[in-house]
Amino acid sequence: MTALAVRAPVVWQRSTLLRHLIWAILGGVGFYLLSVWLSPFRDLQLAQISYTAIAAAGLTVLSGLSGQISLGHGALMAVGAYSTALLLEHQHWKLGVVLIVATAITAGVGVLVGAAAARLRGPYLAGATLALAVGLPSLANYHRLRETLGGENGLTVVSGPPPLSLGETFPVERWQAWICGLCLIITLFVLANLVRSRVGRDMRLVREDEDAAALSGVHVARVQVLTFTISAACAGLGGGLLAYVNSLAAPGAFPLSLSLSLLTAAVLGGLGSLAGAVYGSVIVTLLPTWSSDIAQSAHLSRNVYANLPLVVYGVVLIGVIVLFPGGLQAGVLRVWRAVRVTIRGRLR
Amino acid sequence: MLDVTGLTAAYGPVRALDGVDLHVEAGSITAVLGANGAGKTTLLRAISGMLRPRAGSVRLAGRDVTGRAPEDLVRRGVSHVPEGRGVIVELTVDENLRLGGLWRRDRGWLRDGPARMYELFPPLAARRSRRAETLSGGERQMLAIARSLMSKPTLLLLDEPSLGLAPRTTAEIVATLLQLRDDTGLTLLLVEQNAQTALSVADRAVVLNLGRKVEDDTADRLAADDRVRHAYLGL
Amino acid sequence: MLRFLDLTLAGLTSGAVYAAIALALVLIWRSTRIVNFAQGGMLMITTFIAYTVISHGGSYWLALVVAVLSGFVLGGVVERVLIRPVEKRPPLDAVVVTFGLLVLLQGLAGMIFGGTPRSYPPAFSIIGFRAGDHRLLFAPNDLWVVLVVCGVMVLLAVVFRWTSLGLRMRASAFAPEVSRLLGVRVGRMLTVGWALAAAVGALAGVLIAPSTFVSPTAFDAFLVFGFTAAVIGGLDSPPGALVGGVGLGLALSYVSGYIGSDVVALGALVVLIAVLMVRPRGLFGSPVGRRV
Repeated sequence: MTALAVRAPVVWQRSTLLRHLIWAILGGVGFYLLSVWLSPFRDLQLAQISYTAIAAAGLTVLSGLSGQISLGHGALMAVGAYSTALLLEHQHWKLGVVLIVATAITAGVGVLVGAAAARLRGPYLAGATLALAVGLPSLANYHRLRETLGGENGLTVVSGPPPLSLGETFPVERWQAWICGLCLIITLFVLANLVRSRVGRDMRLVREDEDAAALSGVHVARVQVLTFTISAACAGLGGGLLAYVNSLAAPGAFPLSLSLSLLTAAVLGGLGSLAGAVYGSVIVTLLPTWSSDIAQSAHLSRNVYANLPLVVYGVVLIGVIVLFPGGLQAGVLRVWRAVRVTIRGRLR
Repeated sequence: MLDVTGLTAAYGPVRALDGVDLHVEAGSITAVLGANGAGKTTLLRAISGMLRPRAGSVRLAGRDVTGRAPEDLVRRGVSHVPEGRGVIVELTVDENLRLGGLWRRDRGWLRDGPARMYELFPPLAARRSRRAETLSGGERQMLAIARSLMSKPTLLLLDEPSLGLAPRTTAEIVATLLQLRDDTGLTLLLVEQNAQTALSVADRAVVLNLGRKVEDDTADRLAADDRVRHAYLGL
Repeated sequence: MLRFLDLTLAGLTSGAVYAAIALALVLIWRSTRIVNFAQGGMLMITTFIAYTVISHGGSYWLALVVAVLSGFVLGGVVERVLIRPVEKRPPLDAVVVTFGLLVLLQGLAGMIFGGTPRSYPPAFSIIGFRAGDHRLLFAPNDLWVVLVVCGVMVLLAVVFRWTSLGLRMRASAFAPEVSRLLGVRVGRMLTVGWALAAAVGALAGVLIAPSTFVSPTAFDAFLVFGFTAAVIGGLDSPPGALVGGVGLGLALSYVSGYIGSDVVALGALVVLIAVLMVRPRGLFGSPVGRRV
């Protein structure tokens, strides 16, 4: 009996890591196939979804697991984007290195913000991060920094062409999508393991009941700052990829609505769910362009056509949240369970 | 005047009340006794509308009021003084009292009612403009009861009125309630952990255990029954 | 010295507007524990309605009354239809719903009115008062703004403190369950809370309109600063909204005047962080946990 009891936890631990690895590989293969099948324009959207999902995944861990609301992750993406732009311009390192450093820089900012945020709760935290979302990008317009940061026009990012080994006519969008996809899979893999680890357990304990967690020896502030830093790192990576894909890092790319869209993506998909962050990012990225296309083809008056995407976006947001209380991931699980029960019932 | 039949209530998967029957005569005092978690508070909540029962019915003076909202029950003459008293600490004593009588839309009563309450519970008069936060436990209990009386109920539900109070304060409150019952025919349904106090005051008593009714008899007979006393009342 | 006076007066005027928006947010927070991100969108719609009244020949005052009334109705409808389903759910659900509403309102306004900013007439002259030789940056219209906001605050304070409606609303906000046991129709009180808040917001919108012009996105910054002011003052404190609003207005005016208008948002961030580090629940916010 004892031998079995000792062996089971080890196998369980290994199996989680293995399970995540298998998902990562499957995801990678699926992504590759998808990117090859799609047109270059759709590959661009795939890249956009990927970097949004990276930031949204970090945010869903922060808000869902650790219970801290942040309306400022758009500003953190800006930090990652500008760091990437500046490094590429001045240092001529490889993209991979630049992204790692930009992520680290944003993580550093995350430590500062997280330390300040650890004292705040609920709407006060929301207010502080909202001010961050609006205030930080305006730094680029500060006349003393306009030289370095490029002011309203921002900094251009020169991204290298795809490697020659892939062929002369290989679309750059596909190459960019691959890079973003790889980063997304790595991020999801790391976050999934983190969530299952002791750190993840501590985060959940703190969210449930801070006092109880403190009494069981969890250093509450430290866990909160750590979680914030991790989510900031994700936002930084996402921002760096955003600058890379769009070849630009400008204040206009980081309005308040970006932060709100990230939060929406996390909530729509289901707070705390990594798969949900991906679904949410798909909706948040594709819905505006899709409804734009519909409006265009319906030959509506200019005012209506220009604003229809907004109306559709608003209606979908409200509708999904009201109808799916746990977000889409919970809805998907419910359907899946219902299907399983029906199948089992039929098989008997 | 109160008829509860087969009342079943649950919090999620946990069944707190399991088919409880209860009959309360007008003008009587009925005690609901039992250990912690027996379902006493749940019973009151299901009667006053705070909790929607899964099954069973609640009839008030012959009319079915099962599952109706608390605001409606109040307008039918049921007033519930909840566990923990529910005194609104940010409001003054006077505001708490007026709040209890507002739904009646009776300007005269809003003037005279509080005056009557201050007569019934003199300690409240001294603190009428103070925030309820500053009241002691006994004064809060008086305020909670007075507030409920402002709605001129015919049935008063009291959840653990003696909790945390000194015996003398409890005795004062009990005396006031008995007086009210004699003067106005007010019916009382009283949940108590302190079985001794409850049995000395009540006409009838009901004992709950794990959500089920296990005893229903006159208070005198239950107080005298040693088996019941040891098993359920810790006496 | 004169510059300081100018900036102070300008700060008071904008501060009054932030205070009004902050008050609307505080009213909603107190009653339903939700931050209304659609506040800017709602006051934008009511301001467009007011604009429509004026462009059809109505007077400024008629437009003002229509705006406030339509705000009242809009707030009540939004609470009953959109917010009621998410009131008891985790707070982030309400964030998404109000954000969705904001986007929806901006889209609808864009569809009906288009994106071109419309000009809105002020109630009084916008030419500054004379102080000796110098023309102040403070005009009769600005004085009107400050007085109206003060008046509204006093009116609301009176309603809350002295009327039975106010008593019921306060009770519903502090202790909804107990209030229901006392016969208070709490749901109705929540609706009234939103309706009042939206009416205040509508008033603020009409007050700002002359200086910002009316367009779907003109009022976004005001939501941000209004929310910042509400947080600074403490989200459950109406006097805090006034102090936070005026304080923020003054601070931003000085930042704009002495440092540069491009870093105003950064200034707001600094002020907010400074206050929250010392008082994590805002200047007048109530501490954690109510003793009952």
